[in-house]
Amino acid sequence: MSEISQAQPDYNYKVVRQFTIMTIVWGIVGMGLGVFIAAQLFAPALNFDIPYLTFSRLRPLHTNAVIFAFGGCALFATSYYIVQRTSQVRLFSDKLAAFTFWGWQAVIVLAIITLPMGLTTSKEYAELEWPIDILIALVWTAYVINFFGTLVIRKVSHIYVANWFLGAFMLTVLVLHIGNSMAIPVAFGKSYSLYAGAVDAMMQWWYGHNAVGFFLTAGFLGMMYYFVPKQAGRPVYSYRLSIVHFWALISLYIWAGPHHLHYTALPDWTQSLGMVMSIILFVPSWGGMINGIMTLSGAWHKLRTDPVLRFLIVSLSFYGMSTFEGPMMAIKTVNALSHYTDWTIGHVHSGALGWVAMVSIGSIYHLIPILFGQRAMYSTSLVNVHFWLATIGVVLYIVAMWMSGVLQGLMWRAVNADGTLTYSFVESLEASKPFYVVRFIGGLFVVAGMLIMAYNTYKTVRAPKGSIAADPATQPA
Amino acid sequence: MDQGIVGSIFTVIVFVCFAGVVWWAFSSRNKKRFDEAANLPFADEDKKNHDKSKRES
Repeated sequence: MSEISQAQPDYNYKVVRQFTIMTIVWGIVGMGLGVFIAAQLFAPALNFDIPYLTFSRLRPLHTNAVIFAFGGCALFATSYYIVQRTSQVRLFSDKLAAFTFWGWQAVIVLAIITLPMGLTTSKEYAELEWPIDILIALVWTAYVINFFGTLVIRKVSHIYVANWFLGAFMLTVLVLHIGNSMAIPVAFGKSYSLYAGAVDAMMQWWYGHNAVGFFLTAGFLGMMYYFVPKQAGRPVYSYRLSIVHFWALISLYIWAGPHHLHYTALPDWTQSLGMVMSIILFVPSWGGMINGIMTLSGAWHKLRTDPVLRFLIVSLSFYGMSTFEGPMMAIKTVNALSHYTDWTIGHVHSGALGWVAMVSIGSIYHLIPILFGQRAMYSTSLVNVHFWLATIGVVLYIVAMWMSGVLQGLMWRAVNADGTLTYSFVESLEASKPFYVVRFIGGLFVVAGMLIMAYNTYKTVRAPKGSIAADPATQPA
Repeated sequence: MDQGIVGSIFTVIVFVCFAGVVWWAFSSRNKKRFDEAANLPFADEDKKNHDKSKRES
């Protein structure tokens, strides 16, 4: 490196480091909780008759912890990193960055306290009560100001496409959160939604599906558009396709929510609209997936040696799988079989564990050596072990849930010649039991992988600066 | 205007917007700027990293 080259700005890596470490911590907590409640489904005695440990209270804690604590911290860390590196400027405000870190951790801790107490709005993925909702809105506004403020003061002329996805994710989540959380407080821990009946359901799934579309998709696509090219050492396959991908994805996703409400009191035309929009959504989703995977075109051999790249590329394969499965499940006749069964749970986890978690884990393995002044992770072979544990775990999980879900759907709809139901609900529950055990084992694999990641990270962070030699296999060119 | 007409007009507007985005993205006039933008993840690499943890003497 020569001193002649213009100095790289003094980036704010502190907030990125903080969020990166907390991503791993909350990942273990959230996924561990998932494994615990998965065990309760085949061994109900595991709630020990303690109300705080019942499935009904821990399940929302699990979803909040994995989506907003694990996924949220991963998004904060990577977005703060990407926006600085691609704008070649330090964050707009260090104070706002610190506020978003401590504010977001406070939200998570409040969730861990209130949800087991049974304080809930009962809106899925928006269970937190109104005082916490206000804190979320404040933290998120600070995040939006800091991100866009950094783009405004950028030192380069273009705004890299990853920042488009991240910006869309932030703005939309702000609108969704405030829109859906409108409520009339009656006590410090109790409120009633401003909306009623079918309108409330529509608002809820407008929010709920776009939490998937913008929080869990657009945000992580932003991550993908930076870390896949970076780890592969070559620019994205087609930048122009990424532009079409962006506009098509954000203009379609917002309409897909009604597919969560097929065959309910929602007007029929709204259900059909949601179905059609969900099916069209397949096209931009696969455009993005192909764009990411084809970035490796001509460098496929890197997959053989680089487990970090493998995490990123396999995450895109799972993204492709779940964005094919999703539109299919949104078709009303398919939904008649799949809805309310474990198939839905399988679909969600193929997206959440396969796509969201794997792309985050890959990105974080890329980040940690850079953030902590090393040339590589402490052990590349442990990264590889993590990769296989995660992959096997996810496959066990989703295959078990597919089989259980289709079985449930078929048993619930079976009728005798005289019109009575062939099976009682308990019979279908008994049929699902073996699959619940397999799902639990899959979850154990995933958590074991996360614990290995934590150990590997600890060893990397604690090693003297620059002491870990670069592994030629994992070095981005 | 009934719902069908509104839906039809909206469909045409959205299609025109989409065609516009595709035209904009793939027009040869914009090739250079998009190629530049595509290389942004690598643009700051040759500059010396001044984060303390990575500083080399």
